[in-house]
Amino acid sequence: MRKGLFVLIAGIIISAWSCQGKKEETAQKEAPVVKEEPKPAAPTAEDVIAAGEKVYNTYCMVCHQKDGNGVAGMNPPLTQTKYVLGDKTELITIVLGGLSGDIEVKGEMYSNVMPPHNFLNDKQVSDVLTFVRSSFGNDADAVSKEEVATVRAALEAK
Amino acid sequence: MERSFKNHLKSSFAVSIAITIFAISLFSCDSSSSKQENVNVKADHAFPAADADNGGLTLPENFGAIAVTDSIGRARHIAINNQGDIFVKMRTLADEKGVLYLKDSSGNGKLDLISGFGDFGGTGIAIYKDFLYCSSDSAVYRYKMENGIVKPNTLPDTIVTGFIVQRTHASKPIAFDGNGNMYVTIGAPSNACQESPRTPGSKGHDPCSQLDFQAGIWQFKAEKFNQTLKDDGHRYATGIRNAVAIDWNFKDNALYALQHGRDQLSHLFPEYYTQEQSAELPAEEFLKIADGDDFGWPYCYYDQFQEKKILAPEYGGDGQKIERCEGITPPILAFPGHWAPNDLLFYTGDQFPEKYKNGAFIAFHGSWNRAPFPQQGYFVAFVPFKDGKPEKEWERFAEGFTQVDSVMSTNDAKFRPVGLAEGPDGSLFISDSAKGKIWRVIYYGNKLALKD
Ligand code: HEC
Repeated sequence: MRKGLFVLIAGIIISAWSCQGKKEETAQKEAPVVKEEPKPAAPTAEDVIAAGEKVYNTYCMVCHQKDGNGVAGMNPPLTQTKYVLGDKTELITIVLGGLSGDIEVKGEMYSNVMPPHNFLNDKQVSDVLTFVRSSFGNDADAVSKEEVATVRAALEAK
Repeated sequence: MERSFKNHLKSSFAVSIAITIFAISLFSCDSSSSKQENVNVKADHAFPAADADNGGLTLPENFGAIAVTDSIGRARHIAINNQGDIFVKMRTLADEKGVLYLKDSSGNGKLDLISGFGDFGGTGIAIYKDFLYCSSDSAVYRYKMENGIVKPNTLPDTIVTGFIVQRTHASKPIAFDGNGNMYVTIGAPSNACQESPRTPGSKGHDPCSQLDFQAGIWQFKAEKFNQTLKDDGHRYATGIRNAVAIDWNFKDNALYALQHGRDQLSHLFPEYYTQEQSAELPAEEFLKIADGDDFGWPYCYYDQFQEKKILAPEYGGDGQKIERCEGITPPILAFPGHWAPNDLLFYTGDQFPEKYKNGAFIAFHGSWNRAPFPQQGYFVAFVPFKDGKPEKEWERFAEGFTQVDSVMSTNDAKFRPVGLAEGPDGSLFISDSAKGKIWRVIYYGNKLALKD
């Protein structure tokens, strides 16, 4: 019972918190430049990472887990893997096009299905990959919207 | 839901006195016994003493546990011979071996790794007659046993092949009845038979052709060689997404299993499910299975709050609609979502108190699918059975596997229960898939004193 209550409270807090997040997002969308302070047009690295974390929590965390360690035998980790740190085109392709078949990640075999995430827009993909590449012990450079757009165009042309 | 052990607590003082007297009297009669044991609640003349910390587990009053081995690798199901030696099926090869054989060779209660054999990883393992049956993800084999052991260089016989190679839910757990039949779970090769796997909004194939040779439990002849799924398999039950936990109940001569319910309701259909709902739904279903049963996957799932089979969102459901799920066989008991029941054992021993006899132990492997909420369900449950039916008041029998207060990511869990087996003396063995630790749980109370 007590656990139930805890989950409920946690749920309320988290949902309240995520609503707040959504509100901020929409507010930003509606009035991006009309803030009092003349903000630089380009978002800061922190903004990108915060936005990327939100995308991660909504779309990737369920499988790759909060700590990016994945689930043994099922979903691979995103911690210093050759895919995460390696060629950005390949990485973007995995997110947009999904991945299946046997792959080896950090010495372990995985053979599950990662669905395509082409329903995410270019900014969401670049944000989430920038977040992933700078979290979970990773330290690689950012992915840009333009890089995502290029890969998306190439995939769609196929 | 947790059963209280107050009555046990009350009598625990009487119990320890009784045990002390009992043990001392035994000790003094038995002149051949040279082992000096501490006489306390966790020691018994016939059993090695429990570890001081019960191997990290939390157990009901008067139970104790010994960590019999620590870290043999990616363990799955386990089988025990009549001398109490253990055979462990490994998910991936450990030192190139798919089955490990462990024995208490020094009599100190700990198991020593004696040997290994088999070049295939997998999950299923069971002793039937004088044979050790083991499954890979694509076949079932058996090894001849002599005096309970598999001699070096024994070649396996092939019992069944021809399972469809699948990446998801590939384990092939096995069980036997008393009539010469073997049952093999074949999991669904998907989460919900969607046209695009695990993709938000994607519809389900209708009909779902995966049901033809997967997503159910198949019956084979236990002792016929070289059977194939398509030619010899009988689809005993269908509409089961994945039942890693299966066991035959000899008390009422029926097959029982627990289904892993589908994942990601809110992730795939956020318009119908909140994250809170998705963390609890659908139920993990405890099924009693008769030949020909259909439990509804992928079209239906069980909602333990509405206590109904509900139409899956891939097939037009919205969390409420029932439609074609009317009349689908419900579970005999429902557990919260995503706990991943990975083994089932009907306890037949006399070592544990009376109420455990013929009840069901269930090893829950623990969730990965509850984010953003903490993961749950890394424990062994006990479900008492009365008049052939499970009682709703099940208990958390063994806990503490994770070694942390809260599991936010699956990897936080240090150990994950995956296999169960009953020793010849009635002690209960539990295997872990993360490191390959195995516990032996023993009851150290005086049964007579505990009966009211
Ligand atoms: C439904 C579960 C699921 C979701 C959701 C998911 N993934 Fe994956 N991901 C997988 C699986 C499974 C694989 C391995 C596929 C295989 O075995 O071929 C994988 C592989 C990967 C890989 C390459 C292997 C590695 O570990 O380095 C990356 C990178 C990755 N995913 C990133 C992401 C990102 C970023 C998101 C969110 C936008 C995401 N995934 C969402 C299941 C998922």
